[in-house]
Amino acid sequence: MGFVNVKKQEVLVKLVYYGPGRGGKTTNLDYINNKFKERIKTDMVSIKTHGDRTLFFDFLPVDIGKIKGFDIKIQLYTVPGQVKYNATRKLVLKGVDGLVFVADSQVEMREKNISSFNQMKENLVSMNKDITKIPLVLQYNKIDLGEQGVPLLGFDTMEADLNSELKVPSFEASAVTGYNVVNTLKKAISLTMVSFKQELL
Amino acid sequence: MYGVTQEQLDKIDELIVSDLIGVGVHSVIVVDVAGNVIAEHDNGTTNIEVHAFAALAAGNFAAVDAMAQLVGEQEFSLHFHKGEDESIHFSKINDDILLITVFGNDVSLGFLRLKTAEVIDKIKEMWQTTEY
Ligand SMILES: Nc1nc2c(ncn2[C@@H]2O[C@H](COP(=O)(O)OP(=O)(O)OP(=O)(O)O)[C@@H](O)[C@H]2O)c(=O)[nH]1
Ligand SMILES: [Mg+2]
Repeated sequence: MGFVNVKKQEVLVKLVYYGPGRGGKTTNLDYINNKFKERIKTDMVSIKTHGDRTLFFDFLPVDIGKIKGFDIKIQLYTVPGQVKYNATRKLVLKGVDGLVFVADSQVEMREKNISSFNQMKENLVSMNKDITKIPLVLQYNKIDLGEQGVPLLGFDTMEADLNSELKVPSFEASAVTGYNVVNTLKKAISLTMVSFKQELL
Repeated sequence: MYGVTQEQLDKIDELIVSDLIGVGVHSVIVVDVAGNVIAEHDNGTTNIEVHAFAALAAGNFAAVDAMAQLVGEQEFSLHFHKGEDESIHFSKINDDILLITVFGNDVSLGFLRLKTAEVIDKIKEMWQTTEY
């Protein structure tokens, strides 16, 4: 839950990147970190294994400027995607204000995307959060692999698998090239800020 | 989203400065369980990345809490990390917020626990959030 500090005139918002292991969550944050170096005053914090898999979370705070006189600080987190880390994912979800679900576009990842998405819903339910109320953006990542001949699920299939009920904004993206990484983030921030503005008014 | 009043924030700042920084604590952070910084102060000698620290502290606290439940405890009341020069002490103010202090060898753990317990009681008493 975002914290509104009336004394410092700042709003802290927690945006969590969720999705299956190796889907590209950490790569999204790496790209954002490089792209907006000048707005990011602190180093990205990554708690990871030797093999570069996220073990607990990544953390990256981004200042996006002012709304209604309040400094808006977006705090980006990723969860560890590996199946065995669900207890840890729940800890990272605590107090979440907005979500980006990073799915992997490769055909062979279809089941993993769906089960990760379903578990995200279950985790939210267990925290008394309503998935239909929480700002959510879907990202279909690794779209660049299509050019290398890797079979991809395609936009329509991924929409049918993940977005047939919720109908939230979704983007094809490539976290390595940066394609739609910033658009995904902007959309997630704007959805979250809309709900913030409504709440503040 | 939620917040607390300016008066509460002023009072918390005052308590932290007089009762903790004033007795030799190097740095104090009040953080919620989501990792958001609610208040922070230091004595000018430390230079901690406060938002990163808060994210890690909240995660660490939550992880230790989850471990407590796995071994059949409600919670571990004391979370303390001892370093050569700096040590970190975590305590729960209520279910939503934590008090984290960083202090050196000149402050004894016993004294620190006494002081934090007093501050926690006072914050607990007045803590009242508003939903936005
Ligand atoms: N081709 C391609 N590779 C990508 C893309 N995004 C990420 N990768 C690669 O996929 C692998 C996993 O990426 P990560 O960002 O570490 O994945 P993650 O979702 O953080 O994984 P966990 O931490 O285990 O949950 C890395 O080798 C990345 O370089 C992409 O858009 N295209
Ligand atoms: Mg990762």
